[in-house]
Amino acid sequence: MRLTQGAFSFLPDLTDQQISAQVEHALGQGWAVSLEFTDDPHPRNTYWEMWGMPMFDLKDAAGVMAELREARKAHPECYIRVNAFDSTRGWETVRLSFIVHRPSVEPGFHLDRIEEKGRFQRYAVRRKSA
Amino acid sequence: MTVMDKPTTSMDAKKRYSAGVLKYAQMGYWDGDYQPKETDLLAVFRVTPQDGVDPVEAAAAVAGESSTATWTVVWTDRLTACDSYRAKAYKVEPVPGQPGQYFCFIAYDLILFEEGSIANLTASIIGNVFSFKPIKAARLEDMRFPPAYVKTYRGPPTGIVVERERLDKFGRPLLGATIKPKLGLSGKNYGRVVYEGLKGGLDFTKDDENINSQPFMHWRDRFLYAQEAVMKATADTGETKGHYLNITAGTMEEMYRRAEFAKDLGSCIVMIDLVIGWTAIQSMAEWCRANDMILHMHRAGHGTYTRQKSHGVSFRVIAKWLRLAGVDHLHAGTAVGKLEGDPMTVQGYYNVCRETKNAVDLQRGLFFEQDWCDLRKVMPVASGGIHAGQMHQLLHLFGDDVVMQFGGGTIGHPMGIQAGAIANRVAMETMVLARNEGRDIMAEGPQILRDAAKWCKPLEAALATWGEVTFDYASTDTSDFVPTAASS
Repeated sequence: MRLTQGAFSFLPDLTDQQISAQVEHALGQGWAVSLEFTDDPHPRNTYWEMWGMPMFDLKDAAGVMAELREARKAHPECYIRVNAFDSTRGWETVRLSFIVHRPSVEPGFHLDRIEEKGRFQRYAVRRKSA
Repeated sequence: MTVMDKPTTSMDAKKRYSAGVLKYAQMGYWDGDYQPKETDLLAVFRVTPQDGVDPVEAAAAVAGESSTATWTVVWTDRLTACDSYRAKAYKVEPVPGQPGQYFCFIAYDLILFEEGSIANLTASIIGNVFSFKPIKAARLEDMRFPPAYVKTYRGPPTGIVVERERLDKFGRPLLGATIKPKLGLSGKNYGRVVYEGLKGGLDFTKDDENINSQPFMHWRDRFLYAQEAVMKATADTGETKGHYLNITAGTMEEMYRRAEFAKDLGSCIVMIDLVIGWTAIQSMAEWCRANDMILHMHRAGHGTYTRQKSHGVSFRVIAKWLRLAGVDHLHAGTAVGKLEGDPMTVQGYYNVCRETKNAVDLQRGLFFEQDWCDLRKVMPVASGGIHAGQMHQLLHLFGDDVVMQFGGGTIGHPMGIQAGAIANRVAMETMVLARNEGRDIMAEGPQILRDAAKWCKPLEAALATWGEVTFDYASTDTSDFVPTAASS
């Protein structure tokens, strides 16, 4: 399967040049850019591991791209995403998030069903093992 | 000088309160020198007086009938601090280009309104006055609520920020579709459309306004099949998905029953129709707040009173009331689709939903500054006759914080529903990417879509099917503001 989280998962994987352009856009908005990685992309897994702290006060995308190269080297079989955080009052949240690296195999998820009284079902989304 | 210090009226009290009928202006409902207080509620009505009725008297009558007045003098006024209860018409301006119509500005003291009740607010402001004989027609164009009043409401239970955090979707519009045909599908067939749309790439699917619990599909069936589809598509894609389960019903008891069932099944969102009424809306907002649920508002019925410029209530006022009352999603128009909406006017509604503070913006129909006092933002929904070929226009007009709903544009796709969803998602992502790269999407949009269509067959088919479809009719509801060069 192809995990479709993030803003650009329906496009062909972004090139480094395209990633860099998006990072430049985020910096231009005054957002702080960070990298996160995980081997568990469950939709409710909110807290991916942080690759260092958000990079505040960057002048251009080069620093982010250097970190991304390091993160890919360290975690080739993980998902890596770029987040851009906006500290403006009333937002104070991520304003852009997209996947920039995927594992060689994306195992996907099972849907578990627990049948209850009547026709009611309880659901659980469970990660398939790679 | 504050109102409290002013003499009760410009007439002496003995004359003012002798039995009989006075003009409203003489009764104290007109004060051309009045400076609205920071704590006043302000309203602007477009009034068409009957022939021979002076516009100032008409404005005073609207102020009177929407606050304390009755048609004759009553001595019992003198048992109260009556001047503070009288709304004050303070400005009357002819509407540019519309002979016989006047913008009448009216200020209301804060004491006139109960805290946190849209029902109370509307009973005053639109209670009697629209039937009043001396005016041919009236339209409530805009309102300003002071912070002291705004803070008596809890607003949207979820809001744009928290909704995005819950869904884990940032930096792009959300995509939806209304299940069609809206009437007649069995629960099982209905769930099929939900599944295909969500698996294809939509974030949300939607019940239509009149899908409740009819003989062909009872509500429990719909909820069970729709949630099965939502969860299966979630597992297939690894993305959080939702289906707006319409819980509109004949009684509050039944709505709560349906809402609880939706929650127990694990739905992240429920839906209500505007026709359920203000009190029911506020009650469901309370319920959603207590149950971590997103509240989707379908503005069913609004066109009966919002569309004609001369009479009714502007949708920008309805949007303001709904932000106070507390909804998370609000259908606010598309400008380019099949339903009424002048682009600037529609952007005005979006600004009401999404901005922290609205500035005066007459071209977008906003007459007043409005501070929302950190009340959460409402996610506007663009729905009705839009398709992937308009993506650059939609993104340019509305930005990222909007749910774009392509119902026919998804389900009517020649290669099937999943292909329809893919076409829309690819069109949207490719346009966001291009905009962020600094490209001029209004100029290059059609080419950007054609380039993506080279590697995305479903988008190619969508553009071939609908690329040329436009709904180019004159709008009935536009701002009558005429921009003029500043005289400096």
